[in-house]
Amino acid sequence: MSLDKSESIQNIVTQSGRLAASGRSIKVKPLSKSRLTMRITMIALAALTIYGFFVFDYKNISPWQGTIDMLTNFKTMFLSPHLAHLTFWEGAYAIVVTLAMAVLTTLISAFLAFFLALFAAQNLSNHTVARSIQAVAAFIRSIPTVLWVLIFAISAGLGSVAAIVGMSFHSISYLTKAYAESFEEMDQGLIEALRATGAHWWHIVFQAVLPMSLTYLISWTFMRFEINFGVSVAMGAAAGAGGIGFDMFMASAFYHDLREVGAITYYILVVAFLLEMLSLRMKSAVRGKMI
Amino acid sequence: MHARTLEAPATVGSSEVRELLKVERLTKKYGEHTAIADISFTVHEGEFVVLIGPSGAGKSTLLRSINRMIEPTSGHVWFDGMQVDALDKKGLRELRRKIGMIFQHYNLVDRLSVIENVLHGRLGYKSILTGSLGMYQAQEKERAMELITMLGLEEHTYKRADQLSGGQKQRVGIARALIQNPRLLLGDEPIASLDPKAAKTIMDYLKSIAHTLNISMIISLHQVQVALTYADRVLAVRQGRIVYDGLPRDLSLERVRDIYGADAGDLIIDTGDRHVD
Amino acid sequence: MIGFFLILLIIVYGSQWVTAFSFIDGIASIPKALSWLVGNFYPTEKSLQKIPTILTKLVETLLLSIAAATVGAFFALFSAIFGARPTAFSKPLALFSRGLATLFRNIDVAAWSMILLFSFGQSALTGFFALFFASFGFLTRVFMETIDEVGLGAVEALRATGAGYWPIVFQAILPASQPLMISWTLFMIETNIRSAVLVGILTGSGVGFTFDLYYKNMNYNAAGLTIVFIAATILLLDRASNMIRRAIL
Ligand SMILES: Nc1ncnc2c1ncn2[C@@H]1O[C@H](COP(=O)(O)OP(=O)(O)O)[C@@H](O)[C@H]1O
Ligand SMILES: [Mg+2]
Repeated sequence: MSLDKSESIQNIVTQSGRLAASGRSIKVKPLSKSRLTMRITMIALAALTIYGFFVFDYKNISPWQGTIDMLTNFKTMFLSPHLAHLTFWEGAYAIVVTLAMAVLTTLISAFLAFFLALFAAQNLSNHTVARSIQAVAAFIRSIPTVLWVLIFAISAGLGSVAAIVGMSFHSISYLTKAYAESFEEMDQGLIEALRATGAHWWHIVFQAVLPMSLTYLISWTFMRFEINFGVSVAMGAAAGAGGIGFDMFMASAFYHDLREVGAITYYILVVAFLLEMLSLRMKSAVRGKMI
Repeated sequence: MHARTLEAPATVGSSEVRELLKVERLTKKYGEHTAIADISFTVHEGEFVVLIGPSGAGKSTLLRSINRMIEPTSGHVWFDGMQVDALDKKGLRELRRKIGMIFQHYNLVDRLSVIENVLHGRLGYKSILTGSLGMYQAQEKERAMELITMLGLEEHTYKRADQLSGGQKQRVGIARALIQNPRLLLGDEPIASLDPKAAKTIMDYLKSIAHTLNISMIISLHQVQVALTYADRVLAVRQGRIVYDGLPRDLSLERVRDIYGADAGDLIIDTGDRHVD
Repeated sequence: MIGFFLILLIIVYGSQWVTAFSFIDGIASIPKALSWLVGNFYPTEKSLQKIPTILTKLVETLLLSIAAATVGAFFALFSAIFGARPTAFSKPLALFSRGLATLFRNIDVAAWSMILLFSFGQSALTGFFALFFASFGFLTRVFMETIDEVGLGAVEALRATGAGYWPIVFQAILPASQPLMISWTLFMIETNIRSAVLVGILTGSGVGFTFDLYYKNMNYNAAGLTIVFIAATILLLDRASNMIRRAIL
C-alpha cells in the first residue's frame, strides 16, 4: 500500500510541470446556494440602507452639524452630570421602582410561560395544541411591547398596572418559546422510560423535565430579566409607568436638562452593568440560541 | 512492516545527509511552571522523527516553539540556515512558509471547500491585498488540484470541509501544508482523533511524503506502537525533558515504561507484539 | 427550599408595594383590553382611508431599522475583530472596543432616543442614531462570540503557514462567521422595528408617531389598523429571515 502511494506521489511530482503547462482554469469559489443567498442579502441590505438615507425625513437638520452637536452634548452630559429636579435618593428610589417592574414582569411571565411551554413543547404535548400555542405566541411577539402596554392603558389607565401586564404579554410569549425549545432538546429516552413505567404526566414533568432543564430555564429567565429592565426604563418614559424612565423623559422632553439626562444615564448604566455581570455566567448555557 | 523500521535512511551523523533543524537548550516557562526544559536535538533532511511522551510532557509546546507559534523563554533554534530565535516579523513569515503544520483537530475552515482550504497554504506567500482578496495564480490552483488528487480527495474538491470524515479532513490539512512547499512538517498528534484505519492511511501518506518529497517530519503521537512502526528516529519527552533520542529498535520496553511512568499500563499491550517476536 | 420561596414572596410583595401594582387590577384589565383589541381590529371605512399614511410611515420605519442594523453591523464587524480573542492584535484596542460595545449596549434605545433628542430633534436621525448605537452594541457582542467560536483553530493553522493578519481575517475568519453574522443582523432588523415604534412614540417620528397620534385622539380604529400593519410587517420579516437562514446556515 505504501509503495502504491510512493509511486503516485512520485508521479505527481514528475507530472506537475506537464499539468502546469496545460493551463486549464480551475474554479476556486463555486457559487453555492448559500453563498448566493448571502451575497444577495448583503447587496439588498446595503442598497436599502443607501436608499433610506436619501428618503429619510431630516427636518432641516444637517447630519454633520447634528453629529458635531451630538459629540458636544455627550461631553456635557457625561462629564458634568447633575441632578436638578430630583435628589440622589429619589433617583435611587426611581431605579428601584424600575427594577421592581422588571422583577414582577419576569416572575409573572416565568410562572405562566413554564406551564404554557409544557403544552407548547412537541415532545410533551399534543401536536395540534403545541402548534396552536406557538402560533398565538408568535402573534403576540409580533406586536411591540410598547403597543401592548398602551392597549392595556386604555382599560387600566396609564401606570404600573398597564405597564406590567403589557410587558408580561410579550415576555410570556418570548419565554414560552425559549422554554419549549429547552424542553424539546431534552433526552427523549428518559421521558419514554418514565412513560413506560406508567408514570403520571405531571410526575414526569416535575421528576424529569424540570430538573433536567432547570439550568436552561434559569439562564433564559435571567436573560429576559435583563431585557425587561431595559423595557421598564422605556415604559416609564413612553407609557408613564414611573421609575427612572419617567424621570429621564421629564428631564429630556420637559426640562431640556442635558446634564440631568447624563446623571440619570449613569444610574441606568450602573444597574445594567451589574445585571450583565450577573448574567454573564448564566448565559453561557444558552449562548447563540436566541436566533 | 519490519522492513520499514530497518530502512532507517537518515543515519544520525551521516555526512551525506544535511542537517535541517538544530534545537539547542530550548526552554519554555509559563511563570514558575516549566513546560519544556533544556531541549537539544537535530533533525536531518527527509528524516521522520516521532515525538512521544505522556500528555502534559511538553510535546505541543516543543513543536510550537520550533516555528515560534509559542515564544520560547530561552535557547536557540536554527532552521535551514536561519537563526529562528533572532528573526524579525518578516523573517518569521519566511520561516513559517517553509514549515508546514498539521493538527489534531485539523483546524480547517469548516464552511469553505476543500480546494479553498488547501489554497490557504499559499497565503504565507501573499501580500496584504492579494492575500485578503484570495487571489491565487493558475499555477497555485493547479498545484492544489495535484495535491488533492495525490491525497485521493479529487471527488471532494468542492465539498465543504465539514462534510468530510476525520481522515479526509486530515488529508486536506496535509495538502494545505504541502502546498507551502515546506522543508519540514510538524504534526501535533495528527492521528489522535482518528480511527485506526484512517490513522494508518494518514501515517502511510506522511511516511511516503517524507521519503519521496524529502520533507522532514516531526510528528507527535500517543501510540507507541505506531511510533515504533513509522519512525526513523524516536524522541521521547517526559516532564519537559528529552529522555530518549535514538532509533526505534533500541527503545526497550523498560524505557517505554520509564517514559510513561504510571500511565504505562495500557501502552505495554500496544508494544507487546513487537517485543514478543 | 422554604427559604427560597419566602425570599421570592418578599421580593414579589416588595416589588408590588413600590410599583403600586395590583394583581387584581392587572387581571381585570386583560378581558377589557382583549375586547378592545377585537372591537378595534375591524377596520372602518374611515380608518381604511389612513392606509396610505400608515404605509408611508411604516416603510420609513422599516428603512430606518434596516439602515441602523446594516450600518451597525458594519462597525460592529471591525469592533468585534479588534476585540475577539482569536483576532485581537492590541490589548488596549481590544479593551477599548469591548468597553465601547458594553457602553452602547447597556443604554436602552429609549434612553438613547431621549439623549439624542437634544442633537437631532424630531428628525429621523434621532431614531437612526438611537437604533444604530443599540445595534452596534449588541452586534459587537454577538459577532465577538461568533469569532471566538469559529476562530481559534483556523487562525492558528493560517498563522503557522506564515499568512499575515488581514489575509487571515478575510480568508478564514470572515467566511467562517459570515452566515451567523448575517443571521444576527436580520435578527437585529426585527428588533429594531419593535424599538423604532417605541422611539417614534418618544421622539415623534415614523410609524410610532402615527400610532401615537391616532391613540391620543382616541381614533382607536386607525390605531388598531396601525398595529395590524406593524405586526404583519414583523411576521413577514420573521418569515423572510428564516428562509434566508435556512439557505445560508
Ligand atoms: N498556555 C499555557 N499556560 C500555562 N501552562 C501551559 C500552557 N500551555 C501548556 N502549559 C503547560 O505546559 C506543559 C506542557 O504542555 P503541552 O506542551 O501541551 O503538553 P503535551 O502536548 O505533551 O500534552 C503542561 O504541564 C501544561 O499544563
Ligand atoms: Mg499536546
